[in-house]
Amino acid sequence: MSVAETTGPASAAPLLRIRDLKVGFSSHGKMLPAVRGLDVELSKGEVLGIVGESGSGKSLGMLASLGLQARNAVVTGSVVFKGRELIGRPRREMRALRGSEISMIFQDPLSSLNPVMTVGDQIREALVLHNRSMTKAQATARVLELLQLVAIPQPDRRINQYPHEFSGGMRQRVMIAMAIANNPELLVADEPTTALDVTVQAQIMRMLRDLKEKLGLALILITHDLGVVAGHADRVAVIYAGLVVEEAEVRELFANPRHPYTRGLIASIPKLTASKDKLYSIPGAPPMLGALPEGCAFHPRCSFAQDVCRKVAPPTVELGRHRASCHFAETLPPWGEPARAAQSEEPAHG
Amino acid sequence: MLNYIVRRSIAMPFILLGIVTMAFLLTAITKGDPLTAVVSEQQLNNPEIVAAARQRWGLDRPLPERYLIYVGNLLKGDMGTSFVTRRPVTTDLMARLPATFELVISAMIIGSVIGIVFGLLAAYYRDTAIDQGARIFSLFGSSVPIFWLGLALLFLFSVKYQILPGPGRIDPRMSPPPVVTGFMTIDTLLAGNFTAFKDALSHLILPSIVLGWTVAGTISRLVRANMLEVMEREFILTARAKGAGELRVVLRHAFRNILVPVLTVISYSFAYLITGAVLTEAVFAWPGMGSYAVTAARSLDFPAIIGVTIVGGVMFLITNLLTDIAYVLANPRVRLN
Repeated sequence: MSVAETTGPASAAPLLRIRDLKVGFSSHGKMLPAVRGLDVELSKGEVLGIVGESGSGKSLGMLASLGLQARNAVVTGSVVFKGRELIGRPRREMRALRGSEISMIFQDPLSSLNPVMTVGDQIREALVLHNRSMTKAQATARVLELLQLVAIPQPDRRINQYPHEFSGGMRQRVMIAMAIANNPELLVADEPTTALDVTVQAQIMRMLRDLKEKLGLALILITHDLGVVAGHADRVAVIYAGLVVEEAEVRELFANPRHPYTRGLIASIPKLTASKDKLYSIPGAPPMLGALPEGCAFHPRCSFAQDVCRKVAPPTVELGRHRASCHFAETLPPWGEPARAAQSEEPAHG
Repeated sequence: MLNYIVRRSIAMPFILLGIVTMAFLLTAITKGDPLTAVVSEQQLNNPEIVAAARQRWGLDRPLPERYLIYVGNLLKGDMGTSFVTRRPVTTDLMARLPATFELVISAMIIGSVIGIVFGLLAAYYRDTAIDQGARIFSLFGSSVPIFWLGLALLFLFSVKYQILPGPGRIDPRMSPPPVVTGFMTIDTLLAGNFTAFKDALSHLILPSIVLGWTVAGTISRLVRANMLEVMEREFILTARAKGAGELRVVLRHAFRNILVPVLTVISYSFAYLITGAVLTEAVFAWPGMGSYAVTAARSLDFPAIIGVTIVGGVMFLITNLLTDIAYVLANPRVRLN
């Protein structure tokens, strides 16, 4: 336990604070908003789950925070990491930050590793880039240590192999080894288990949690899978159409979801007890970029939608450490077994 | 790997025999009597002289017999005697091959370096003025006729501004160095004659640029197209996420992944230019394989034509083998079988 943590969360400045982050793409003279004002916070050593459907802007927001957005993207807002503003920071300083203090791993470990470089060289590169004075022998020793840390057997043999000689789970471990090479304080894992077999998924998640404890790093877990978040996150932010629609501690979120979208997501987690043919899914599809509905972006898919939802963007309602962007956040029917069942009874559309 | 090289080497003589046979048959079915190359026009009316010439060159024998004799001689390293120069074809080729090699190698170096650099810039700065500039440059190289480009450059740099010398490999007033490698630049250096070396080098510049420009165009288009694809791959994002700079991302991560197609186009261009540098050699009075092939074809000099064809074929075989080996070094997923 570090000193900062013992003084309590209220006095400790957050490790990362994203405020009103917007990412847009200009197309034919028009601005298409993909992230419309992201607000999240993360303390040291905390695990934040960011949940949303594909295209909700969850990955894009994190990439833009690290200066990794596409060249035609326009980024505004504020991302403060350890008291330093990252938006608009010179590229050279962002490079020095990436891979040393903040690391990232991605969905598909095969396409995320360079096919023509040995695994050892790729990890070594991460080390040498941030420690110019490191000798090759020192780097190699550290690479072997890292491979051991992520439980890759026979590291001295594996170090000279290429990514295609590794299995999917092993490749993701290599990505993790590369990401933690410089003892970062924040690791952003973008769908780290989506491309992996179910049995391997659990191993990777357990490894991330162990490393988090061992190295004291904070973790941002970007996923479309609420199940992953339920088991591993401290806090969850649910993103819909480029906005955080609900944020709460993980238990609170599952016990008392205050946004209809979150309720839909929870209801669509398959349960062993539910009858097979009644798997719930949220009707409709997320809005297209540049074709956002007026009012609340979720209203066309929402079973609680009223006139006000179609006209007025919802306010963010704070209920203690729990916030939700819904006109009816406080008046939604209580979330319990009956409500759950009712939601599950609804026939599946789209 | 070694296994592969050995197997390919075993196959080589058979491919070579195929090339020899094809070259021989193609000349045999060519219309036109090679005697016109051997006997002067007035003497063609004299049946005795014609018959004697036929016998002297073996043209009175049936084709299969001529073929067997040729292959037999070839095994001893004899490619016959040129109708035109009256020297053994091997002697002629050995004298001309190094001149072409020197030109083509220096053209390939210029062409590859410029082509790769322009291709990388065009891909990285896609749809900007830099990309357009590179496109115009390569279009120019691949669409402007070589003889025009060669003459234009000669006029500009040699005649008008007199920065560079005219055609040829070395100033005719200089005595050429003793032949060791046949490369004028290397032989002058070996002879310790630096004035001659500088002269030979300056003679090499213009024809190399002309020839290299055409190659640079092809390479830069290929590099651009492949780089655009690779730069979209996820491992590029990984490299940036670990803090790599853009130069490192482009060269170490992206470019290494397109080495296979780049090596392919470079090696094929090389093999092609050995016999394909005809126009450049003609414009710059370069005594190489191309001009030899043209003279041979014009005068139906069959032994010389077959000789050039065989050398060209061998060049393709060797560059193919070297390219395959380079593939393995460039891409660890390639396993040669």
